[in-house]
Amino acid sequence: MVDEKGQVAAVFREEHGRLLAALARRFGDLDLAEEAASEAVEAALAHWPTDGVPPNPGAWLMTTARRKAVDRLRRDRTYTARLAELRVEAERAEPYSAAADGGLPDDRLQLFFTCAHPALAEEDRGALTLRCLAGLTTPEVARAYLVPVETMAKRITRAKRKIRDARIPFRVPEAHELPQRLPGVLQVLYSIFTEGYAASSGPHLQRLDLAEEAIRLTTILARLLPGEREVVGLRALMLLVHARRAARTDPDGLPVLLDQQDRGAWDRAMIEEGLPLVRAALSGPPGPYAVQAAIAALHDEAADITTTDWPQIVALYDVLQALTPSPIVAMNRAAAIAMRDGPAEGLALLEGLANDPRLRHHHPYLAARADLLARLGRTPEAIAAYESALTHAATDPDRALLRARLNALKD
Amino acid sequence: MKYMLLINAGAVGANGGAAECTVEDWMAYDKQVKDAGIFVSGESLADLVTATTVRVAADGARTVTDGPFAETREVLGGFYVIDVPDLDVALDWAARCPGALGSGSVVVRPIADF
Repeated sequence: MVDEKGQVAAVFREEHGRLLAALARRFGDLDLAEEAASEAVEAALAHWPTDGVPPNPGAWLMTTARRKAVDRLRRDRTYTARLAELRVEAERAEPYSAAADGGLPDDRLQLFFTCAHPALAEEDRGALTLRCLAGLTTPEVARAYLVPVETMAKRITRAKRKIRDARIPFRVPEAHELPQRLPGVLQVLYSIFTEGYAASSGPHLQRLDLAEEAIRLTTILARLLPGEREVVGLRALMLLVHARRAARTDPDGLPVLLDQQDRGAWDRAMIEEGLPLVRAALSGPPGPYAVQAAIAALHDEAADITTTDWPQIVALYDVLQALTPSPIVAMNRAAAIAMRDGPAEGLALLEGLANDPRLRHHHPYLAARADLLARLGRTPEAIAAYESALTHAATDPDRALLRARLNALKD
Repeated sequence: MKYMLLINAGAVGANGGAAECTVEDWMAYDKQVKDAGIFVSGESLADLVTATTVRVAADGARTVTDGPFAETREVLGGFYVIDVPDLDVALDWAARCPGALGSGSVVVRPIADF
């Protein structure tokens, strides 16, 4: 019984995004779609263990969910229900048809664009994407972002209310709108990935399952938008960075920087999966994710930090700086120049960025400067720089790493 | 669905209008909105120096004051109400509005339907 329930839950998680997307498109109401989807799952949990899993679970869930949604609209004669009812009439006229593969029709692309809509608060877009497309529960999303469940529930409700009341459409942007809208979707997926990769606050440096959710969602998006090279580039970037996960922390959970990592612990299979994607992503004019993936690939292919192709990495940072100028890119470029030309050259570039307000309290910037000062033997300045970085580091593991470097210098 | 486009003027030119666009821009936009069949209503507001504020206290006493004066940089200069299928279409019309250029901005608010 428990095993069957587990199996049912697994089927549901796989179908959840599709089910929700199809319902949201048909009824134009995310709340209604979610309730109908979860009622359908409850029905599945009640019937499947005794009646057996139907031959086409997705279609069963969809038919049941649609019936539940129509029932709910009939019961609930509020304004929003009446509004959605107009669509139910059209829905009755149009019989449900399975997709070519016998599964549900795939309306998830619409839902990607709706969840990442620029009219939603930036902080809500990732949460909504995890809730609706990854099928995470609200408590799971709350845990992922390290906020109380109540806070997350309010944020998700607020976002869904705006989608309904301001009528943010469930639609795929036209081809001419894609250049404006796709970067927003990719940004949401990348922020989910980086949130999982380097937690922005709190005790844990890596939250692996969030990074894996981001990869899973990006893989789905790549399938739905096969011609878009930046989606491929983002997927490549995630795989090539995630491949290093086992080496990124030591047994005590402290971060290990790239130059100290045990490269034997990198996930070769994941790197092999990512490398051809970089080539595909770079098969036309490069986008920012493709360039970042190419940089990650050069690191992944190098035996160690000294044999890394730093001239090529610097060249790629030049391309990236031209595509998306930012002080963070300039900072990473300076660190690559320090590896190519020596710490003095890198430090000169870093100090040229010192007045940028976005870097002044950015602990990786302060730590990079401290590292170069230490390599140049300017110990008192390096100590001061590490101390300054310490006051701005947000996670416990980052603070521990900085403290270790600081103590090594003081000895 | 009806949306109000609240047009906030940023920098005001010598003629009292938005600095970044001309009367011809506004006339062309107005014509587009009306030709598209989405126009519900729309007005441009007279200069802020002509504004008067009324408040009524709990005891019914009426206070009339001159102003408000522009304390913030952006001042409501006019509005359109348009009837379009969804927010994306409303945002497209807001983006085409001359009032969205440069230092100006257009706030898109759905009209409540009771």
